This record gives sequence, C-alpha cells and structure tokens, in this order.
Amino acid sequence: MSETPAAQLPPGLAAVAADFADTPREMRLELLLEYADRLQPLPQKYAAQIDLMERVQECQSPLYAIAEVSNDTVQIHATAPQESPTTRAFASIMQLGLNGLTAEEVLAVSASAPLQLGITDLVSPLRMRGATGLLARIQRQVRAAVRP
Amino acid sequence: MSNIPLDPTAKFQEYATPGALVSTAWLAENLNTPGIVVVESDEDTLLYETGHVPGSVKVDWHTDLNDPVSRDYVGPEGFAALMSRKGISRDTTVIFYGDKSNWWAAYALWVFRLFGHTDVRLLDGGRQKWEAEGREMTKEVPTRTATSYPLSPRNDSELRAYREQVIEHVSAKGCMVDVRSPQEFSGELTHMPDYPQEGTLRGGHIPGAKSVPWKRAANDDGTFKGLADLRAIYEGEKGLAADDDVIAYCRIGERSSHTWFVLTYLLGFTNVRNYDGSWSEWGNAVRLPIAVGAE
Repeated sequence: MSETPAAQLPPGLAAVAADFADTPREMRLELLLEYADRLQPLPQKYAAQIDLMERVQECQSPLYAIAEVSNDTVQIHATAPQESPTTRAFASIMQLGLNGLTAEEVLAVSASAPLQLGITDLVSPLRMRGATGLLARIQRQVRAAVRP
Repeated sequence: MSNIPLDPTAKFQEYATPGALVSTAWLAENLNTPGIVVVESDEDTLLYETGHVPGSVKVDWHTDLNDPVSRDYVGPEGFAALMSRKGISRDTTVIFYGDKSNWWAAYALWVFRLFGHTDVRLLDGGRQKWEAEGREMTKEVPTRTATSYPLSPRNDSELRAYREQVIEHVSAKGCMVDVRSPQEFSGELTHMPDYPQEGTLRGGHIPGAKSVPWKRAANDDGTFKGLADLRAIYEGEKGLAADDDVIAYCRIGERSSHTWFVLTYLLGFTNVRNYDGSWSEWGNAVRLPIAVGAE
C-alpha cells in the first residue's frame, strides 16, 4: 500500500514522517514506541479531573484529549493507559506535530494527515482510525475555541 | 496433543477439554520446556515491544494473519512462512496469550485451528494476569531457528461461517450468539453527532441471535469462569445444547473467538463456527435482514 507524499504536512508532522521514512522497516515499531514514551504528562488540573477532556470514541482504548488555544497558540494535552502504547504514540505525535501552531494552522491540517506519516502499513489501516479520530476531535475543539 | 504434559490445575479438569488452558504458574515453570512456543497476540500491536513473556514471539492479527489485500486470512503458503519465521513446527505446543482478556489470543488460536495446528492452548487470564502477578517480562526478542512447517490446507468449513451460510442459518432458525455489548446488540448508536462512525451503516443484530456479551464468560482478572457458571449462562439461561449448530459473531470476529473458545473447549460444544465477517459485514450489506431492540 503506497502512502501519500508528506509534502503538505506541517513541519512537526513532516519531521515525524521523515523519521519513519529514514528508519529501516524492522525498526519502525521501536520508533513508534519511542514516540509513545514521549507523551507529555498531564497538567495537574486534567489529571485531577479527566472529564474536562474529551474521550476519543474512535479509539478502542480510553484516550482523552483536549486542545487549548491561548494567544492563538494551540497546546494539546492527552492521556491513554500504559497498556495502549499505540494510542499513546498517536497522541504524542499529535503533540509534537501540532503544539505551538496557530489555530488556523491546525485547522488547515488535512484530515488524512495521520495516514501520511508512513505508519499505516505498520499498524494496519483499522488501527489508524484512532489517530484520524483524534485529529478530528482536536480540530473540532480548536474550531470551537476560535469561532464560538 | 503432543507429549507436553497438561496443566493439572483443578479448575481446568472440569472443562470439556482440560488441556486447552494453562495457568500463569504452569507457564512460568515451562518457559524453557522444549516443544513449547509462547505466542503473544494483542489488540495493541506495540504492546509486545513494551515487554513480553520471556521467549515469546509476536503474532499480529492484522499484519501477520490477515491477507494483505482481500478480507481473508493468509493461505497455506503465508501461514507456513509465518510459522517458519516464528520457529513453530507442526507438532509444537503453542501457548497463546494477549491483552483484552485474550480476545486476540483466542482469535489467533482459532486461525491456527483453521490450518489444523493441533496442540494449541490459551493462558488463563492472559497478559493481564501475568503482569498483575509481577511475573517476569522482557523486551528481548528471541532469535528462533526457522522451521520447515508443512503446507497445510486451511479448512474453513468446520470452524468458520461465511455470510451466505449465516443467511441460511437465519432461515433455518439456527442458534446464533451475538457477543457484543447490549448497546451494539440493540442498535443504539454510541457515537457523538458529527463524528465518524466505526464503519457500519446500520445498527442492530442478526435476527434470532441471542445476546451473550463475551465478558460474561470472563472474570475481572481475565480468567475464564468455572464450568458451573458457564453452563448456567449458555445452557441454563440461553438454552443452548452441546450438539447445537451454533454460530458466534461480534464486530470483526475477535470477541466471538473468545466465545467460540468457551463453547468449544470449555463446554464441549461440537459444532461452533465463528462468523468473522460479523457485524462489520452484516451491518453494511444491502438488504440483509436486521433486528433492533434488546430482544
């Protein structure tokens, strides 16, 4: 299965795509696990009250995410259980790829961006639904924040 | 079965096939026993990489067992090549374990049975119990010597149901078990407005199916319930009998593999098929009959 070129990805996501493209195939799951380990810890207010965040229903494992927009800069917070490393990797990649962008830049990201990272064959298209669902929910939250 | 001894745990001796399960304690003692290969199969494909039972190999339901193009399993060549890579011979005792109360482990076991691999056993409680007991985990991936696994035909006829057979089964008012959650069975939608669905165009269940969520067969620690409890659910409450022709289904066939295992190996039902097309096929097919509601 061929992957769409990553030309239109924002720089952070393009860097992730390049990282996977530059990594030998047999090492890519290890790389995905490294991304999972880079998921940022939740700020205290969300850790204390998880229902302030939104559940990503497309993921079978409990993934919660929230996109904050402050001074036109997006920050994503997310959490998923340790026993769901693929889900944690998706969330971590979204943080690395989208945090610090403006709201308009986040909204301009293609809905299919997760499918352009070069990991679809690695984890299977079915499992990528969680990643595209996460991006859709982040964009919806950002849209609601800037266009109330 | 091979010459690998069975786990003598008392609970297992009640079941129709006492050798179909092993306990975590038995496995811990047999990790280095020649003739055994431990296979981890998970929903989360990265879980094995985070740490696994020492010496175990990974078999991924999607990237290893599914055909890469058509919605089907690999054929004899693909399966033999996979077995060779994993160091599994035709007479190897394969012990399966995994996450999610062994859904995918049971699914992989079922696929191995389609190819007639004889000695397959499931770790009672799966990965969850092994971890909860603080047993050893490693990130080290074993190097296994490639085997020459014989080309073995995949015999779907006894253990697998296709859509056409389910249609006939519905017409004949055959027994069917829907193992999904009550909300999926009734056809209620659990998604939020404006969000993409999981990919089925209709909610509900196959007419005549009985709702027995897979979880009812499992304890909270992921182990299977004892024989008396299982009999009370499937035979007492649902009226199924061991010689009934039963088809189990869920969304894509993994949860129903769990129930297939229960009915076949623990209760001794002789004619159970798993409909792996399940709701993701039936709920999308044009003009197939669907029932909604809790009954």
